[in-house]
Formats: sequence, structure tokens, C-alpha cells
Amino acid sequence: MTAPLGRRPCEVAGNRASGGYRIFSLVDSEGPTPEPGQFYMLAAESGWGEGGGRPFLPRAISVAETAPAKAGVRLDFLVEGVGPGTSRLCELEPGERVWITGPLGNSFSTPKQVRPGAAGAILVGGGIGIAPLALWRRHLVERGIPLRVLLGFRNRRHSGGLDELFCAGESLCPDVRLASEDGHAGHQGYVTDLLATMLAGDDAGSAVVYSCGPPAMLEAVRALCAEAGVACELALESPMACGYGACFGCAVPKPDGGYMRLCVDGPVVRGDAVAEVAHA
Amino acid sequence: MPDLCGIELAHPVINASGTYDAIAARRVFGDALLEDFPFSAFVSKTITPEPRAGNAPQRIWETPAGMINSIGLPNKGLEGFLAEDLPQLAELPVPLVVSVMATGQPEFARLVEAVGEREEVAAIELNVSCPNVHSGLIVGEQPSETEALLETLRPLTPKPLIVKLTPNVADPGAVAVAAEAGGADAVSLINTLKASAVDLRTGAPALAAGHGGLSGPAVRPIALQQLRAVLAAVEIPAIGMGGISSGADASEFLAAGAALVAVGTESFRDPLAGSRIARELEIAAQARKPREAALDLD
Repeated sequence: MTAPLGRRPCEVAGNRASGGYRIFSLVDSEGPTPEPGQFYMLAAESGWGEGGGRPFLPRAISVAETAPAKAGVRLDFLVEGVGPGTSRLCELEPGERVWITGPLGNSFSTPKQVRPGAAGAILVGGGIGIAPLALWRRHLVERGIPLRVLLGFRNRRHSGGLDELFCAGESLCPDVRLASEDGHAGHQGYVTDLLATMLAGDDAGSAVVYSCGPPAMLEAVRALCAEAGVACELALESPMACGYGACFGCAVPKPDGGYMRLCVDGPVVRGDAVAEVAHA
Repeated sequence: MPDLCGIELAHPVINASGTYDAIAARRVFGDALLEDFPFSAFVSKTITPEPRAGNAPQRIWETPAGMINSIGLPNKGLEGFLAEDLPQLAELPVPLVVSVMATGQPEFARLVEAVGEREEVAAIELNVSCPNVHSGLIVGEQPSETEALLETLRPLTPKPLIVKLTPNVADPGAVAVAAEAGGADAVSLINTLKASAVDLRTGAPALAAGHGGLSGPAVRPIALQQLRAVLAAVEIPAIGMGGISSGADASEFLAAGAALVAVGTESFRDPLAGSRIARELEIAAQARKPREAALDLD
């Protein structure tokens, strides 16, 4: 699937708080429905780059949910305002327009595509990285693939998205378990504690792990899966100016030396296709 | 009709080397890219004699109205380029300029000979922002080194040689004069400005390489002045670039005497920035025409 050539303006259909995060929706009347794991380059039409200053470059944001819209497809993005770009996206008002380029990058593979004998999926998300897993979870459920979802957050302020993306009605979906470092929700500790327990179980070998989150968490997931002999796909993040292979900024080291460009060779990569996930 | 050293072009907007990977863009956007290709000529990423992996991340950093990069010239090397990339670049609907760089005259000569003999290649751009391993000096920062390199390369190909000038010198005009004396057909400028940033979360340099090159609208007034200084010093044409983001920006460079303009960083924000800027130039030209016609009728 190729993306429509160039960037295009999309109208903001909504923007609401979700815990400490925001979920905003755009209506795209030109592009295809994205696959789970894909992302867009986003820049507000106003208050972005004109008159100098920052934000200047578009921001790469994964899709958290899609839905048919009257004129095209609705794209939902989960964001946390941590810098000038994401803060501007958090302020988007309905009726404003956003330049988008995409959908870009590859997408998650089904468990059987990863490993013919695989039967189920374990989704491991951390913080804002739960976004692409929400869309992937819905696709897996629609395909009848058994799954467990493990989501972790630092604390109450740095958490969100559950109400819209991982709830059925008022309550959390039954396949979802939570962890939080401050203990405000679920297991007090890391989400990777939950994963370690699950990988020690009898049927873990038949699952494929899908993960997105902060680099330190992804590295822990990669190492746990490697140790347990469980295949995993990681949705990585890397500083990206363009999203379509032009800037060569999003270099990620490969295990055999050299680098991949995450925008065109990812963002979803097999655990064994990257060297250690770099983290500070 | 704008032209590149005698090669007629559909409009005056090309890309800056290293800011557009037409092969990757075609993978992302499909063949629609060829039908609406944003540039009137395509300049490749810089090719070196041997393959290069490029620098370790972090490679880019956003700054006010711009960005700093230290990519490190990842490329497949001469053999890989000729075998894998050149056939694909030859499918682009516009003339192809190949950018080359080496750290010594014999290696530079090997690149120019090998690339110059390929009929798919319309012109060669010399990236001289590199050290000469023998003298230790950055070729493009020294008029004598630049002239000596051109004198070596000029006899090797009849194709146009374009020298990409660095802005990190006190007198870019002197380097341009040396390039002209050595037989260059054109100069292009500016390359990025040396720059750095600190990641305040760590207190360490933001880029793994410690420093990089600044591009984007932040550098535009500097680029324009360097262009003026160079054009005052030489007769050969200049390709002007540095932070061009709109037709109005491009008009400034063309009004200052640039034969063509190149777009770099703006393509990261808008994959079709090249054709948008060309269209904005055309609209501005059309807007001027009716007034002239009306005057003719008076």
C-alpha cells in the first residue's frame, strides 16, 4: 500500500482529554485506512513553523484507532504534550486543519506471519506507546486471535487513553492488565514484570509478543523474549524529520552493523532484527 | 527556460543533495511520484568510493526555524551505487546530477571518471566539504586545494562539474574564484552551517557526533548574502540554496542572480515542496504579466 503523494490538509474532528493524555481525531478524505503500526507525519496548519521558532518539523505519530467517517476515514491519535510539537497538537481545536503525510511505514504481522505455529498474541505497551497497540488489538480481536494485553504507566499524570482505547463501556477490557510504577493502577512495578510472569507460563511459547513504549521498556521486552525464545515485534521510535526516507535521521542500529531507516524499514521491527534498543 | 550548464529544465527548482531519496520516496508514494516529480533535475545523495554506514544516532535535532544534522553520508559506495541505485535514478523523469566526495585526488578522480562515463548522468556535483587525507585540510575551505582538485578532475569528463561550496569560510568568493579557475562549470551554495545543540536532559551534545550542520529558514539570510558575494566574484552560474521554503524565498535567490534554486529541509516538511515552490514562482510571474500587457496597450 502506498501513501497519497505529498502532504494534505485534514480537518480536526475532535480533541478530548484522556487521563493525562489527549486524543484528537482528524478526518482524512484522501488516504487509505492505515494498518496497525503505521504512522503519519503531522503538523498543524497554523502555529507551526511560520514566523520562525518551533515546532518546525512535522511529528511522527502512530494511529491509535480508525473509523469510517462521512467523508473518508477518521484517524485518532493519542498524544502527550512533552515538547513544542506534541504540545501544539494537544491544543488542536475542532475545525482547524493539520497537514498530514501518510500512512507511512510498515505494520504489525499476524502471529502466524511471524511464526507458523504461533496461536496467540501478547501486547505490551508503555505510556504513550499504547497507541498503536490499541488499533492492533482491535484488528486481532476481529480476526478471533487470542490475546492478552499488558499496559504500564509511570504514574497517574503520565497515563491515559485507557477509557477510549482499551475499555468496553465503563470497564477495562477483560484481556487487559495494568501496571504502574506508583501503584495507582494494577500491579505496582513495571509492565515487564507482568510479561516475565506470563513468559514463564506453559503456553507462552505459542505466542508472539508485540510491544511499543519507551526505549528502556522495549529493550527489556526484547531481552525477555530473546531469553524465553519467544518471537517479538517492536514498534520503535526514532527522531524523524520527514517520514519517507529523505532525511536519514531515524537511523536504528542493526545487529550485524550498519543502520536501518526506521521510517521506511520500520517502525515495526522483529526483535532479532535490531541491536539492543538504545536507551538513556 | 532555466538551464543547468546548458541542460534545459522545466522550472528552476531542484533538490539539495542529501535531502531527498527518490528511490525511497517512490517506495512510499508509488509511481505517482514520477508523474508529479517535485524537481526539474535530481541531485543524488553524495557517493563515496567505499560504502559508508553513516553516523551513530542521534543524527538530527530540531532548532528554531531549522534543524541540525550529522548524518555522515551513508551510501552504498561507488560500485553499489552504479549497480543498484543508478538504474533506478535513471527512471526519474528529469536530468540526474550525481554528487561525489572522496578524501584524496586519486579517489575523487576514480569517482568522476566512473560516474562521468555513464550516459544516465547529466552532471556531477563535487562535495568538497571533506578533508584531504594528504594535507589534512578541508578542500572546500581552501582556495588552493579547491583549484588543485578541479585541475585534476576537469580533464576527466566533458560533463558539467558543479562545486558545492561550504559556508564555513570567511570568504566564499575566493573559493568560488578558485573553482572557476580550475574549470568548474557552476557552483552551488550553501552547504549547511556548522552548528551544535545541547540536550538539556543530559547536558551532553544533542548529536552523537557532537556537532552537525544547520539548515532550514534560519540560515536563509546568510545563504543569500553568500550567494551575492560569490556571484560578485565569478562569471560561472550559481545554484542558490539555504532555507528556501516558498516561491517568495526562491524569488529572493533568483533576484540575487542564482541560475537555479535548490530545496532541502523544506522537503522534509512537505514532500512536494519542490513543485509547490515552482508553482508559486510561476503564479508570481503570471501576476506580473497582465500589468505589463496592460501597459503595452496604453
